[in-house]
Amino acid sequence: MTAAVLTVNDDMYPVVFPTHHTLLEVLREECKLTGTKHGCELGECGACAVLVDGEPVFSCLQITTDVIGKSIQTVEGMQNGNDLHPLQETFADLGAAQCGYCTPGILMVAEALLAKETEPDDEQITEALSGNICRCTGYNRIIEAVKWAAAKRRGDDWRPDEALFMGSEIPR
Amino acid sequence: MVKAFNVPQADETAEEDLKIIGKPFRRVDGRAKVTGQTRFADDVHFPRTAYVKLVRSTVPHARIRNIDFSGALAMHGVLGTLTGDELPEPFGIMPVSEDEHALAIDTVRFVGDPLAAIVAVSEDIAHAAALAVKVEYELLPTISNFDDALATPEPQIHDYADDGNIHKKVSLKFGDVEQGFDDADLILEDNFFYEGSNHLALEQHSCLALTEDDDRVTVYSSTQCPHYVHRALAKTLDIPGSRIRVIACSNGGAFGGKSDPFNHEIVVAKLALKLGRPVKITLTREEVFYCHRGRHPVQMHLKTGFRKDGTMTSQHLRTTLDGGAFGSYGVASTYYTGALQTTTYKLPNYWFEGARAFTNKPPCGPKRGHGTPQPRFGYEIQLDKAAHVLGIDPAELRLRNLVEPNTITSNWLRIGTIGLKECIDAVVKGSGWKKRYGKLPEGRGLGLACSAYMTGAGLPIYWNHMPQSGVQIQLDRSGNVAVFCGETEIGQGSDSVLAAVVAEVLGIDLKDIRLCVGDTDLTPVDLGSYSSRVTLMVGLAAKQAAERARDKIARAVGEHMELPQEALVFADGQVFPAHDPDKGIAFNEAVVIAESRFGTLGTTGSYIPPRAPGRFRGAGVGPSPTYSYSASVIEVEVDSGTGLYDVQKIWMAHDIGRAINPVLALGQIEGSIYMGLGEAVMEEQAFRRLPKRLSPSLVHKMPSMLEYKSPGFHDMPEIVSYMIETNDERGPYGAKEAGQGPLLPIMPALANALFDAVGVRVDQVPIHPEMVLKALHEKQNGREARVGPHKFPDIDYGEPLIVRTPEQGGDGRATDDPKSKRKGLRSASGTMKERDDALKEKSSATLTTD
Repeated sequence: MTAAVLTVNDDMYPVVFPTHHTLLEVLREECKLTGTKHGCELGECGACAVLVDGEPVFSCLQITTDVIGKSIQTVEGMQNGNDLHPLQETFADLGAAQCGYCTPGILMVAEALLAKETEPDDEQITEALSGNICRCTGYNRIIEAVKWAAAKRRGDDWRPDEALFMGSEIPR
Repeated sequence: MVKAFNVPQADETAEEDLKIIGKPFRRVDGRAKVTGQTRFADDVHFPRTAYVKLVRSTVPHARIRNIDFSGALAMHGVLGTLTGDELPEPFGIMPVSEDEHALAIDTVRFVGDPLAAIVAVSEDIAHAAALAVKVEYELLPTISNFDDALATPEPQIHDYADDGNIHKKVSLKFGDVEQGFDDADLILEDNFFYEGSNHLALEQHSCLALTEDDDRVTVYSSTQCPHYVHRALAKTLDIPGSRIRVIACSNGGAFGGKSDPFNHEIVVAKLALKLGRPVKITLTREEVFYCHRGRHPVQMHLKTGFRKDGTMTSQHLRTTLDGGAFGSYGVASTYYTGALQTTTYKLPNYWFEGARAFTNKPPCGPKRGHGTPQPRFGYEIQLDKAAHVLGIDPAELRLRNLVEPNTITSNWLRIGTIGLKECIDAVVKGSGWKKRYGKLPEGRGLGLACSAYMTGAGLPIYWNHMPQSGVQIQLDRSGNVAVFCGETEIGQGSDSVLAAVVAEVLGIDLKDIRLCVGDTDLTPVDLGSYSSRVTLMVGLAAKQAAERARDKIARAVGEHMELPQEALVFADGQVFPAHDPDKGIAFNEAVVIAESRFGTLGTTGSYIPPRAPGRFRGAGVGPSPTYSYSASVIEVEVDSGTGLYDVQKIWMAHDIGRAINPVLALGQIEGSIYMGLGEAVMEEQAFRRLPKRLSPSLVHKMPSMLEYKSPGFHDMPEIVSYMIETNDERGPYGAKEAGQGPLLPIMPALANALFDAVGVRVDQVPIHPEMVLKALHEKQNGREARVGPHKFPDIDYGEPLIVRTPEQGGDGRATDDPKSKRKGLRSASGTMKERDDALKEKSSATLTTD
């Protein structure tokens, strides 16, 4: 067993856990931060992605003892007070979250991207999220939601094509 | 007193009056989804929870000789074990195939079949203890696929099968099939194969049970169908349903994979009752592949007769389904491989033969499209082939055959609105089909395919006359409206449909609605989130309940305002006279007036589908209140040196009736395209036999997400989605389904596009580049430029049931039902046990035929 204090979303979590447990297990089971999900236990689906010192990490592959003292961010820390983060706003409004199970992981990876790129293009978003699987949306809405959030952050009034809200105009 | 004078009446359905329906709005659970607050089953936590691990068979088919728990029980922290003899009652989703036990008794039937459970204070200990359980097996012959099952009638995997290891045989003949072929100018016969696949919902199944009071158990589960789980628990635990509460948590994706009652749900409930503390299990991804219930691998032989003008004279479809080790939904799946062939194009004569085998693999069941994508794949490719032979444009050939709206098909399905022509027109124009099809440079091509799907199954899984969906509304004087419904949010947006319909009728904001869903203690029964039934059935039940609430309020407010209630409009959180909107009162004030007048306010609504016209055995599978339609064009580029191909763009038009919320509806369409593309290009649940010298096992080739490939961000092409609104009066505000239909055209459209690009046929999915390459080599060597099955198993499907078509003046009944004379008798309540008991007693009074 290991006893440690983890810093998650700037809060301190004193935890005791079996030393071999992954960060995913400790976040969910000891910290009770269940927003972070598990989908494959193999680092293949990305549902468990969190940020460690600002970098995306698959928490199912991350031994917890290696992140003691580091800054961990999860989906629960995204909001600003009761206000949603721009990514959360655009994901909710554009239907980029359907079942919502992959969403926390994707939001964290997208957040790390936006911290580096203020105006990411489709290719950069695809590259950044290539480790995440979503079985509901078909991905295109997620890419548009990330671009929309980036625009909102820049104060740009760009918004996804109307076809994503109402369907493409039927050719006559 | 109500004054008798004419006032303009509010038209509730007028397009311009709708405030919510048809407009894009944030899903009502949107905030919870993006903040991590949505509570999935594994997120439910209670103090003192104990954890379960199932001991699963390591061999594909064997008798259990002995289970030695000594090593497990010696471990500190192990609380107990459970074996099948403590849960002797069988269960299964279909009353005609209740062939599962929570834990295998005597026999294991596939690698992964659970035979015992360990419960411990932690998951780690339960896991270690499960590994320490020693099982002795007496191995039995292994059946690996349909052809194996046909060749190996003994030993039977289940003794109730129709014939040896053939679980179910169906033969339905509508019209004069032979005459139809005689009338044809062209007859095409093709073999196709469609590989099985898993749903791969990102959330693994999870379940937690805890006891309350003396003898009540509450079960939180990731299920699409809490009502069916409720029934299965009452049966297997042998306690009254009134003491069992099933709460369906939001599902982290399901796609059909969470619509059966499962072993693990029964096991944790039993252990909670034994231990008196919360008990939980969350399956690993590997175990999800063993639960399976995914797409059946299907072989098809399709024979269709065409006239020179492209119209069809007759069709004979034969299918085989590799069912895996249990019944699951398989009887329905078998019928579904034939039932919907008639819904898109006129087929005056149609013969369907289907058979499902038991095999020593995880059970197959319903996956998005349930049994219909496989024959649709073959059908749409064969139409493409016919178009080439006849020299007719493939889009034109389809348009010449379209089913008419408001007609009955040759197999007795009642068609409602049909927007397939508009769908074809949209994708043809959108893709520039007429200028580009057949004219793109070598290596590039376009392919077209269409489909139809049910908007809810016409019949419930078990025979009853009760509503398939119920909604209860409670109105509070604060203006809050609480809506209770057994529906289950699996990501598709059912909560948003429910809330939107109620808010629209009552003219209030979505935020003033509280939902309580998927809770068998608190909510009226809804059968579950399957068969694309929720928008239509829940929507209509909600509409009825809300309209009754509105009428009650209107009556009280009308009396209060001295106006007829029909003169009142409910909109923008106000109740006001249509002719004088300024004279309105706030909705909560209106509720106060109504509550003062009538007392505590509550209403219900329910929905039962219309009775289907078919009266023959098997007519229960296929009917739906109405059908959705889709057409798709896919553009592909092929590298003929490697066979690698790139899907560049997909045009999809979907007849949705009416989009309740366009953003969510489009999400369903795009998600269907994505999932269809996964099946077309890469997804396969395949198995292999280990070398005999190592092991007799038939094992899953890829029970992990490392090996089971599904499309990622890099794999998605550009998508153009058109929504065709046919405004079907059978759906709420005209709505039809969107969650399954648009998956179906993808696989055949891709195959057809590959043909346009490089002139080769791949008559099976998934289509791997090496198949394209092989077909190209065949073509270069002057052989048939095709990859796909060359033969179809020789099966005796039995005597067909002959049903005269509506065109022949039939009445929907079979002219002769040979099967009812010898087999398939069942009790009125439909369970196998009762059927068996009744047969034993030979009490004809309790026997009916379906």
